[in-house]
Amino acid sequence: MWLFIISDAVTFGACLMAYGYLRAASTDWPTPFKFYPTILNVIIMTFVLITSSLTMLGAVDAAKLGDKAKASRFLWSTIFLGALFAGLHIREWLGLINEGVRPFHNPWGSPLFGATFFSITGLHLLHVICGVIALIVIWRGYTRGTLTAGHVETTGLYWHFVDLVWMFVVPTIYLLSIQH
Amino acid sequence: MTDKAATDKASITAPSTSGNVIAKYLPVYFTLLAIAGLEIFLAYRNLSTLTLLVILLAMAICGAALAVMYFMHLAEERPSLFLSLIPATIFVLFMMNAIWTDSFRLLHMKPFAH
Repeated sequence: MWLFIISDAVTFGACLMAYGYLRAASTDWPTPFKFYPTILNVIIMTFVLITSSLTMLGAVDAAKLGDKAKASRFLWSTIFLGALFAGLHIREWLGLINEGVRPFHNPWGSPLFGATFFSITGLHLLHVICGVIALIVIWRGYTRGTLTAGHVETTGLYWHFVDLVWMFVVPTIYLLSIQH
Repeated sequence: MTDKAATDKASITAPSTSGNVIAKYLPVYFTLLAIAGLEIFLAYRNLSTLTLLVILLAMAICGAALAVMYFMHLAEERPSLFLSLIPATIFVLFMMNAIWTDSFRLLHMKPFAH
Protein backbone atom coordinates (compact mmCIF):
# COMPACT_ATOMS: atom_id res chain seq x y z
CA MET A 1 0.00 0.00 0.00
CA TRP A 2 2.86 2.38 0.79
CA LEU A 3 4.29 1.94 -2.72
CA PHE A 4 0.87 2.64 -4.22
CA ILE A 5 0.51 5.74 -2.04
CA ILE A 6 3.94 7.02 -3.08
CA SER A 7 3.19 6.49 -6.78
CA ASP A 8 -0.17 8.22 -6.35
CA ALA A 9 1.49 11.09 -4.49
CA VAL A 10 3.86 11.58 -7.40
CA THR A 11 0.92 11.50 -9.84
CA PHE A 12 -0.89 14.23 -7.90
CA GLY A 13 2.40 16.12 -7.54
CA ALA A 14 2.84 16.08 -11.33
CA CYS A 15 -0.72 17.31 -11.87
CA LEU A 16 -0.33 20.15 -9.37
CA MET A 17 3.04 21.18 -10.81
CA ALA A 18 1.61 21.19 -14.34
CA TYR A 19 -1.24 23.34 -13.04
CA GLY A 20 1.26 25.70 -11.41
CA TYR A 21 3.26 26.14 -14.60
CA LEU A 22 0.17 26.61 -16.76
CA ARG A 23 -1.17 29.18 -14.33
CA ALA A 24 2.13 31.05 -14.11
CA ALA A 25 2.36 31.15 -17.90
CA SER A 26 -1.16 32.52 -18.30
CA THR A 27 -1.87 36.25 -18.20
CA ASP A 28 -5.63 35.96 -17.68
CA TRP A 29 -6.07 33.14 -15.20
CA PRO A 30 -9.57 33.47 -13.69
CA THR A 31 -10.12 33.98 -9.96
CA PRO A 32 -13.84 33.23 -9.78
CA PHE A 33 -14.35 31.61 -6.37
CA LYS A 34 -16.63 33.61 -4.07
CA PHE A 35 -16.96 32.93 -0.34
CA TYR A 36 -20.51 31.77 -0.95
CA PRO A 37 -21.05 29.19 -2.27
CA THR A 38 -17.60 27.89 -3.24
CA ILE A 39 -15.27 28.64 -0.32
CA LEU A 40 -17.96 27.88 2.27
CA ASN A 41 -18.51 24.55 0.51
CA VAL A 42 -14.74 23.91 0.58
CA ILE A 43 -14.65 24.65 4.34
CA ILE A 44 -17.43 22.11 4.97
CA MET A 45 -15.77 19.56 2.66
CA THR A 46 -12.43 19.95 4.45
CA PHE A 47 -14.08 19.54 7.84
CA VAL A 48 -15.92 16.43 6.62
CA LEU A 49 -12.79 14.82 5.14
CA ILE A 50 -10.54 15.48 8.14
CA THR A 51 -13.28 14.18 10.46
CA SER A 52 -13.57 11.05 8.31
CA SER A 53 -9.85 10.42 8.91
CA LEU A 54 -10.52 10.51 12.64
CA THR A 55 -13.39 8.00 12.35
CA MET A 56 -11.15 5.81 10.19
CA LEU A 57 -8.56 5.80 12.99
CA GLY A 58 -11.35 4.62 15.32
CA ALA A 59 -12.28 1.84 12.90
CA VAL A 60 -8.69 0.59 12.66
CA ASP A 61 -8.25 0.69 16.42
CA ALA A 62 -11.52 -1.16 17.07
CA ALA A 63 -10.67 -3.75 14.40
CA LYS A 64 -7.29 -4.40 16.03
CA LEU A 65 -9.05 -4.94 19.35
CA GLY A 66 -11.41 -7.37 17.62
CA ASP A 67 -14.47 -5.24 18.45
CA LYS A 68 -16.45 -5.84 15.25
CA ALA A 69 -19.51 -3.82 16.28
CA LYS A 70 -17.45 -0.73 17.09
CA ALA A 71 -15.32 -1.15 13.98
CA SER A 72 -18.50 -1.38 11.90
CA ARG A 73 -19.89 1.81 13.41
CA PHE A 74 -16.68 3.69 12.72
CA LEU A 75 -16.39 2.25 9.20
CA TRP A 76 -19.95 3.32 8.38
CA SER A 77 -19.29 6.78 9.83
CA THR A 78 -16.30 7.05 7.49
CA ILE A 79 -18.33 5.76 4.54
CA PHE A 80 -21.09 8.29 5.29
CA LEU A 81 -18.61 11.18 5.57
CA GLY A 82 -16.85 10.08 2.37
CA ALA A 83 -20.17 9.92 0.51
CA LEU A 84 -21.13 13.33 1.93
CA PHE A 85 -17.82 14.76 0.69
CA ALA A 86 -18.44 13.31 -2.78
CA GLY A 87 -21.97 14.75 -2.81
CA LEU A 88 -20.73 18.22 -1.83
CA HIS A 89 -18.02 17.99 -4.46
CA ILE A 90 -20.49 17.07 -7.18
CA ARG A 91 -22.73 19.96 -6.08
CA GLU A 92 -19.71 22.25 -6.43
CA TRP A 93 -19.03 20.95 -9.93
CA LEU A 94 -22.67 21.40 -10.98
CA GLY A 95 -22.60 25.00 -9.73
CA LEU A 96 -19.55 25.76 -11.88
CA ILE A 97 -21.00 23.94 -14.89
CA ASN A 98 -24.17 26.07 -14.54
CA GLU A 99 -21.95 29.16 -14.60
CA GLY A 100 -20.60 28.03 -17.98
CA VAL A 101 -17.32 26.37 -16.97
CA ARG A 102 -16.32 23.54 -19.30
CA PRO A 103 -13.01 21.65 -19.64
CA PHE A 104 -11.86 23.96 -22.46
CA HIS A 105 -14.05 27.00 -22.04
CA ASN A 106 -15.16 29.40 -19.32
CA PRO A 107 -16.67 32.88 -19.27
CA TRP A 108 -13.80 34.52 -17.36
CA GLY A 109 -10.38 33.94 -18.93
CA SER A 110 -7.83 31.27 -19.74
CA PRO A 111 -9.67 28.24 -21.19
CA LEU A 112 -7.23 25.94 -19.38
CA PHE A 113 -8.81 26.89 -16.05
CA GLY A 114 -11.65 24.38 -16.55
CA ALA A 115 -9.29 21.66 -17.80
CA THR A 116 -7.00 21.88 -14.76
CA PHE A 117 -9.85 22.36 -12.29
CA PHE A 118 -11.91 19.40 -13.49
CA SER A 119 -8.93 17.09 -13.99
CA ILE A 120 -7.30 17.65 -10.58
CA THR A 121 -10.47 17.83 -8.49
CA GLY A 122 -11.94 15.02 -10.61
CA LEU A 123 -8.94 12.77 -9.94
CA HIS A 124 -9.33 13.46 -6.23
CA LEU A 125 -13.10 12.85 -6.36
CA LEU A 126 -12.43 9.55 -8.14
CA HIS A 127 -10.12 8.57 -5.29
CA VAL A 128 -12.81 9.42 -2.72
CA ILE A 129 -15.48 7.41 -4.57
CA CYS A 130 -13.10 4.43 -4.95
CA GLY A 131 -12.27 4.76 -1.25
CA VAL A 132 -15.95 4.67 -0.26
CA ILE A 133 -16.47 1.55 -2.39
CA ALA A 134 -13.34 -0.05 -0.90
CA LEU A 135 -14.55 0.74 2.62
CA ILE A 136 -17.91 -0.94 1.94
CA VAL A 137 -16.13 -4.03 0.58
CA ILE A 138 -13.77 -4.11 3.56
CA TRP A 139 -16.64 -3.66 6.04
CA ARG A 140 -18.52 -6.56 4.45
CA GLY A 141 -15.47 -8.83 4.47
CA TYR A 142 -14.40 -7.87 7.96
CA THR A 143 -17.83 -8.41 9.55
CA ARG A 144 -18.17 -11.77 7.76
CA GLY A 145 -14.71 -12.84 8.90
CA THR A 146 -13.18 -13.21 5.44
CA LEU A 147 -10.99 -10.10 5.88
CA THR A 148 -8.82 -9.14 8.84
CA ALA A 149 -7.98 -6.07 10.88
CA GLY A 150 -4.89 -5.78 8.69
CA HIS A 151 -7.12 -5.16 5.68
CA VAL A 152 -8.99 -2.44 7.58
CA GLU A 153 -5.67 -0.82 8.47
CA THR A 154 -4.41 -0.92 4.87
CA THR A 155 -7.64 0.71 3.64
CA GLY A 156 -7.19 3.29 6.39
CA LEU A 157 -3.80 4.21 4.99
CA TYR A 158 -5.42 4.86 1.60
CA TRP A 159 -8.18 6.92 3.19
CA HIS A 160 -5.73 9.15 5.08
CA PHE A 161 -3.80 9.63 1.84
CA VAL A 162 -6.97 10.93 0.15
CA ASP A 163 -7.30 13.39 3.04
CA LEU A 164 -3.65 14.40 2.63
CA VAL A 165 -4.05 15.15 -1.09
CA TRP A 166 -7.01 17.42 -0.33
CA MET A 167 -4.71 19.51 1.89
CA PHE A 168 -2.77 20.44 -1.26
CA VAL A 169 -5.76 20.73 -3.61
CA VAL A 170 -7.55 23.32 -1.44
CA PRO A 171 -4.77 25.96 -1.31
CA THR A 172 -3.52 25.52 -4.87
CA ILE A 173 -6.79 25.15 -6.74
CA TYR A 174 -9.30 27.06 -4.59
CA LEU A 175 -7.58 29.53 -2.28
CA LEU A 176 -5.29 30.97 -4.96
CA SER A 177 -8.34 31.62 -7.16
CA ILE A 178 -10.49 33.53 -4.68
CA GLN A 179 -12.44 36.50 -5.99
CA HIS A 180 -11.35 39.61 -4.03
CA MET B 1 0.30 -20.19 11.78
CA THR B 2 -2.69 -19.80 9.45
CA ASP B 3 -2.64 -17.41 6.48
CA LYS B 4 -5.12 -15.16 8.25
CA ALA B 5 -3.03 -14.98 11.38
CA ALA B 6 0.08 -14.35 9.30
CA THR B 7 -1.66 -11.47 7.50
CA ASP B 8 -2.68 -9.98 10.83
CA LYS B 9 0.82 -10.25 12.23
CA ALA B 10 2.48 -8.85 9.14
CA SER B 11 0.18 -5.94 8.54
CA ILE B 12 -0.53 -4.69 12.03
CA THR B 13 2.52 -2.77 12.99
CA ALA B 14 3.80 -0.82 15.94
CA PRO B 15 0.79 1.42 16.76
CA SER B 16 -0.81 0.27 19.95
CA THR B 17 -4.52 -0.33 20.35
CA SER B 18 -5.83 1.70 23.20
CA GLY B 19 -9.53 1.54 22.54
CA ASN B 20 -9.56 5.32 22.94
CA VAL B 21 -7.69 6.28 19.81
CA ILE B 22 -10.02 9.18 19.01
CA ALA B 23 -8.98 11.04 22.18
CA LYS B 24 -5.33 10.26 21.47
CA TYR B 25 -5.43 11.85 18.02
CA LEU B 26 -7.76 14.76 18.79
CA PRO B 27 -4.84 17.24 19.10
CA VAL B 28 -3.66 16.28 15.59
CA TYR B 29 -7.24 16.57 14.31
CA PHE B 30 -7.71 20.06 15.76
CA THR B 31 -4.29 21.15 14.50
CA LEU B 32 -5.24 20.06 10.97
CA LEU B 33 -8.53 21.97 11.23
CA ALA B 34 -6.66 25.02 12.56
CA ILE B 35 -4.20 24.87 9.64
CA ALA B 36 -7.11 24.70 7.18
CA GLY B 37 -8.81 27.65 8.91
CA LEU B 38 -5.64 29.71 8.93
CA GLU B 39 -5.10 29.02 5.23
CA ILE B 40 -8.56 30.36 4.43
CA PHE B 41 -7.99 33.41 6.65
CA LEU B 42 -4.69 34.18 4.90
CA ALA B 43 -6.26 33.73 1.47
CA TYR B 44 -8.43 36.77 2.20
CA ARG B 45 -5.50 38.96 3.28
CA ASN B 46 -3.98 41.29 0.70
CA LEU B 47 -0.87 39.22 0.02
CA SER B 48 0.84 38.87 -3.33
CA THR B 49 0.13 35.62 -5.17
CA LEU B 50 3.71 34.40 -4.77
CA THR B 51 3.82 35.14 -1.03
CA LEU B 52 0.45 33.50 -0.53
CA LEU B 53 1.53 30.46 -2.56
CA VAL B 54 4.69 29.99 -0.48
CA ILE B 55 2.83 30.36 2.83
CA LEU B 56 -0.03 28.08 1.79
CA LEU B 57 2.31 25.39 0.47
CA ALA B 58 4.39 25.51 3.66
CA MET B 59 1.24 25.10 5.75
CA ALA B 60 -0.03 22.29 3.49
CA ILE B 61 3.32 20.48 3.91
CA CYS B 62 3.03 20.83 7.71
CA GLY B 63 -0.52 19.43 7.61
CA ALA B 64 0.53 16.60 5.32
CA ALA B 65 3.47 15.76 7.59
CA LEU B 66 1.14 15.55 10.60
CA ALA B 67 -1.26 13.30 8.68
CA VAL B 68 1.54 11.01 7.47
CA MET B 69 3.34 10.77 10.81
CA TYR B 70 0.32 10.35 13.10
CA PHE B 71 -2.81 9.36 11.13
CA MET B 72 -0.81 7.02 8.88
CA HIS B 73 1.43 6.01 11.81
CA LEU B 74 4.69 6.50 9.91
CA ALA B 75 6.21 7.92 13.12
CA GLU B 76 5.67 4.52 14.75
CA GLU B 77 6.89 2.43 11.82
CA ARG B 78 10.42 1.14 11.28
CA PRO B 79 12.83 4.04 10.49
CA SER B 80 13.91 2.21 7.33
CA LEU B 81 10.38 2.59 5.92
CA PHE B 82 10.47 6.35 6.49
CA LEU B 83 13.98 6.62 5.06
CA SER B 84 13.12 4.62 1.97
CA LEU B 85 9.85 6.40 1.20
CA ILE B 86 10.05 10.08 2.08
CA PRO B 87 13.47 11.15 0.66
CA ALA B 88 12.74 9.25 -2.58
CA THR B 89 9.36 10.94 -2.97
CA ILE B 90 10.78 14.40 -2.31
CA PHE B 91 13.62 13.72 -4.77
CA VAL B 92 11.20 12.63 -7.51
CA LEU B 93 8.99 15.70 -6.96
CA PHE B 94 12.01 18.03 -7.10
CA MET B 95 13.30 16.38 -10.26
CA MET B 96 9.87 16.66 -11.82
CA ASN B 97 9.81 20.33 -10.97
CA ALA B 98 13.21 20.75 -12.65
CA ILE B 99 12.14 18.92 -15.79
CA TRP B 100 8.86 20.81 -16.21
CA THR B 101 10.68 23.98 -17.19
CA ASP B 102 11.90 22.16 -20.31
CA SER B 103 8.32 22.04 -21.53
CA PHE B 104 8.42 25.83 -21.92
CA ARG B 105 11.55 25.64 -24.08
CA LEU B 106 9.85 23.03 -26.26
CA LEU B 107 6.88 25.37 -26.71
CA HIS B 108 9.18 27.60 -28.73
CA MET B 109 10.65 24.65 -30.60
CA LYS B 110 14.08 25.44 -29.23
CA PRO B 111 14.94 22.37 -27.20
CA PHE B 112 18.59 23.35 -26.86
CA ALA B 113 18.07 27.06 -26.29
CA HIS B 114 19.40 28.66 -23.14
